[in-house]
Amino acid sequence: MSSQAGSENENNGEHLPTVREGGEGGVAVEEHDPFANPGLPPHEPRKQDIDERAAKRSERTVSLLFTVSMLATVGFIASFVAIDVDKIVYIFPLGHISALNFALGVTLGLALFCIGAGAIHWSRTLMSDVEIVQERHPIEATPETKTLVKSEWRQGTEESQIGSRKIIRRTLLGALTLVPLSGIVLLRDLGPLPETKLRHTMWGKGKLLINMNTDEPLRPADITVGSLSFAKPEGLEDGDHDFNKEIAKAALMLVRIHPGDIKDAESASWGHEGILAFSKICTHVGCPVSLYEQQTHHVLCPCHQSTFDLSDGARVLFGPAGHPLPQLKITVNDEGYLYALGDFDEPVGPSFWERG
Amino acid sequence: MKKLSARRRHPLAALVVLLIALAATGGLYATFAPTGKAQADETSAAQSLAVEEGQKLYRVGCASCHGTGGQGSSDGPSLVGVGAAAVDFQVSTGRMPLQQQGAQAPKKPNIYTQKEIDQLAAYVASLGPGPAVPEESQYDPAGGDVGRGGDLFRNNCAQCHNFTGKGGALTDGKYAPNIDGVDPKHMYEAMVTGPQNMPAFPDGVLTPENKQDIIAYLDEVGGDEAESPGGFSLGGLGPVSEGLFAWVFGLGALIVLTIWIAARTAKARKS
Amino acid sequence: MSTTTTDARRNPPGRGERFADWTDSRLGLHGAGRKNLRKVFPDHWSFMLGEIAMYTFLIVLLTGVYLTLFFKPSMAEMTYHGSYAPMNGVRMTEAYASTLDISFDVRGGLLIRQIHHWSALIFIAAMATHMMRVFFTGAFRKPREVNWIFGFTLLVLGCIAGFTGYSLPDDLLSGTGVRFMEGATLATPVIGTYLAFFLWGGEFPGTDIIPRFFAVHVLLVPGIMLGLFVLHIILVFYHKHTQYAGSGKTEENVVGMPFMPVYVAKAGGFFFLIFGVITVIAGLFTINPVWDLGPYRPDMVSTGAQPDWYMGWTEGLIRFMPGWEWVIPGGYTINFGVFIPLTLVGVVPIMMMAYPFFESWVTGDRREHHILDRPRNVPTRTGFGVAWLTLVFVLLTAGGNDLWATHFHLSINTITWTVRIAFFVAPVLAFWITRRICLGLQRRDREKILHGRETGIIKRLPHGEFIEVHEPLSQDELHKLTAHDQYAPLELGPSVDDNGVVRKQSPVQKLRARLSQGYFGEAGQIPKPTRREYEEITSGHGHH
Repeated sequence: MSSQAGSENENNGEHLPTVREGGEGGVAVEEHDPFANPGLPPHEPRKQDIDERAAKRSERTVSLLFTVSMLATVGFIASFVAIDVDKIVYIFPLGHISALNFALGVTLGLALFCIGAGAIHWSRTLMSDVEIVQERHPIEATPETKTLVKSEWRQGTEESQIGSRKIIRRTLLGALTLVPLSGIVLLRDLGPLPETKLRHTMWGKGKLLINMNTDEPLRPADITVGSLSFAKPEGLEDGDHDFNKEIAKAALMLVRIHPGDIKDAESASWGHEGILAFSKICTHVGCPVSLYEQQTHHVLCPCHQSTFDLSDGARVLFGPAGHPLPQLKITVNDEGYLYALGDFDEPVGPSFWERG
Repeated sequence: MKKLSARRRHPLAALVVLLIALAATGGLYATFAPTGKAQADETSAAQSLAVEEGQKLYRVGCASCHGTGGQGSSDGPSLVGVGAAAVDFQVSTGRMPLQQQGAQAPKKPNIYTQKEIDQLAAYVASLGPGPAVPEESQYDPAGGDVGRGGDLFRNNCAQCHNFTGKGGALTDGKYAPNIDGVDPKHMYEAMVTGPQNMPAFPDGVLTPENKQDIIAYLDEVGGDEAESPGGFSLGGLGPVSEGLFAWVFGLGALIVLTIWIAARTAKARKS
Repeated sequence: MSTTTTDARRNPPGRGERFADWTDSRLGLHGAGRKNLRKVFPDHWSFMLGEIAMYTFLIVLLTGVYLTLFFKPSMAEMTYHGSYAPMNGVRMTEAYASTLDISFDVRGGLLIRQIHHWSALIFIAAMATHMMRVFFTGAFRKPREVNWIFGFTLLVLGCIAGFTGYSLPDDLLSGTGVRFMEGATLATPVIGTYLAFFLWGGEFPGTDIIPRFFAVHVLLVPGIMLGLFVLHIILVFYHKHTQYAGSGKTEENVVGMPFMPVYVAKAGGFFFLIFGVITVIAGLFTINPVWDLGPYRPDMVSTGAQPDWYMGWTEGLIRFMPGWEWVIPGGYTINFGVFIPLTLVGVVPIMMMAYPFFESWVTGDRREHHILDRPRNVPTRTGFGVAWLTLVFVLLTAGGNDLWATHFHLSINTITWTVRIAFFVAPVLAFWITRRICLGLQRRDREKILHGRETGIIKRLPHGEFIEVHEPLSQDELHKLTAHDQYAPLELGPSVDDNGVVRKQSPVQKLRARLSQGYFGEAGQIPKPTRREYEEITSGHGHH
């Protein structure tokens, strides 16, 4: 109460309620207050407090629970030793599941649960349930302590002379400001600089389109109208150490649309007889966008539902992507294989600050 | 007004409010559901006809949408060159004949016998060359490489059908169906022909061996005998169902326990 | 019964007591024990939500240590030829392969992995629920604002620990999440590209991100969390627990059971209960079956790509954004489709963290509060809370829009559009409805105080009138229903003072007065009955 009187003055709190009801340690404040705090009700005994048989029953229950826990632990160890790690059993309605995982989970779970249940039953039925009242004290220190601490702090700073010796103060501040820079500089080698890495992929003039499934170069005849295929650039092998880094940019999605259905003339001219090659990497945040609907020519990203129209230069129809999927210029060589006429003419994947 | 406020306190009031809320939710749902068409009429007239030959069957069951000669119309695509595999897939999974125009033809009980389907397939195959119905040796899961199939599945199929073939959403109410437990023959036919909005994976793109590998993988991870070593799979839908489970059953169970722990133990004297 | 403990106390000093004396003379434990051994904690189920969070955190730490013994945080590529047949011959990183080994070769490894993941989900759910309890009951008020910030920071760190944790197996699902994080990093204006290259050690995906996530996941974040968690608990002890109004409970006391023995048994027992329940769940229900997901490759993806639930709201923000992307003069790109959600991901939690300070600024109340509010008695705060939860729920719906679409046969585009509208409309509606409900409940409380409880018994009076008999409330109930403080709304006062001089009123003051009116004006609360009102009605005539 004392602390609140002081603070009320500070903020002109006439809108604050002035008196706290029942503020006198659980005793009714005034005889006539109908809403007064009636004080802590007298303790009522439980059955276990007055009936020794009931108490014995509780004791037996608790010790039974602890015993079950012991047995369950024995069961856990037995399962661990006896059940093969790859044994599969059918347990209705869970399905065909690992016998070991099931047995270990149930036994360990039971062992733990019974300890807890026993302890709580014990506390609820046998331990004293008489409610105890403890006083609270304001968190704030007393005025004397406050004054003392403040004067000690003042004395300490005066003795250090940090206030009067300005040059020390300033150089110390300067040193403390500069020293973390070393830490920041140390972070420099976390990675290389971006340079133009995001602007180039492995594609280049003359690179054959290699079927992801068969590792064979693709011919136009392989790609029928309404089909979907994925390609990688010639020279990129599954086992290459930088395979993931390269495929993250170079992944290609090939579709074939009746030339009459292609709305964007430029897009059509970049393909070969209706075969169009688009980047598989979404321009939003880089998921492989390849949910191709062959009747509508829409391709949907499974991550954030950006929808592109492949018959219209991969224009964005819906969703959070900001620009169309880049298209790769392709044609056919003398041997009848599809190849790229160059790299993508814009960066693939999610946009970035310097993309332009 | 007074009556209403009195009834508000009725023990059943909460139930009534709940029912009203449920009804309102249902109404909202009906508004948003994409297919608003009324009850489908049973286009199963074909069933009553005696089976004679494919063309007759075709005229009855298919021509109204696909045209009398399979040339297609505004209601259905041309069937010239789709091949026997497409007919076998569409008809034996019940997708065709269509019950109603909608976002997508759903799987439903098949109304033709295998003999009728074969006759229909023979007729459609005669309209133009297309993929034939595969032989059992082509789609037998036992002949495929499961590991390779998983890789191929994740590259070509999982983007629409989910990691283990549980299906997923496409644009505007369309969807990639759940392929858990689908007949291997139909899987093979679907890959070859590209039914509806599914793209085709012709042999030049995905070789017959590749297809068999994929079927072998799906056979391993799907179907009634599928193993889920960690326990019940919660639909195989990933973090959404796991999160729901953690909240409702995980945290829910623990909160029930808190109520038990904090509840007063029964007193000796009943007041 | 308590006989055992009293007997022990009477016995001559045993070995245990001697040991206690030995440690005391070196560590001074008795001093700490005097203050805390019989510390009183009030009993209420809602006070144990934080305990669920605490214990699941401990379980996550314990199981996590076990997992580090087997997990290899390496992105070195290898070909798998282990015991899980469907992955035979598949190229993968060592991180993914060692996760398969933990699941299929280490006996009990699968169980521990599943306990770890289930507890992590429940840990964050429990923190969120605990935070809701603290918010709706006003337990964040002075002197507990600092502990609110600690708790809030723990929630944020918990989410970071979760994200880095589920990314470690380097599977196709979590890898997609890491890819999303890279795309989002690139969308940061000016420094994004450099930031991405430094975080990933070059171009995505590189070979550094899993080891770096591992260090963050097992060392950096849990270390900070452990420290904050200890501080959080110390402050709970130091402040003493809050309590609900009731007979004998005041702002100056705390009523409940002593730490020793009741809470040692209850809280200790609860740890085992939680551990037991989660272990059984982990034995029966699979979580994150990485063997189904396959190893990560940047050109592969699966539909239904969602993060764990606590990141779901960020996923929702990203999913419903329109594709706004500008190229500003100078040839620089701003990807608003990602950048706006990214900003909101920062702003929304900070609003949550700042709320205690906002409310104390509006009320101007600098007193300590230890008696909790009933949510109905602070309708505006409760309204804000429900509006905030509604927003999160809308975003979670958006984050799972594809699953809603397939399971309820809806169009994904319709859901996304509904969410775009609901994002703005639903929280406002929720706020308004909640406030109305709270006011209604306050009115009912007022009726109950003044007229007693409706018994449903109809009585006919001698002159023929029918009345329903109302039973007066007990003293305890009367006190509970009137124990809350009611603030008067802040008045700005006349704009011209007594001498006709214009008083300066800053816009900030005006805003504060308007907010105060919203909180405590006529539309914000129902005045609780005064003593006089009560006495006028209860004295004299028998009915009303």
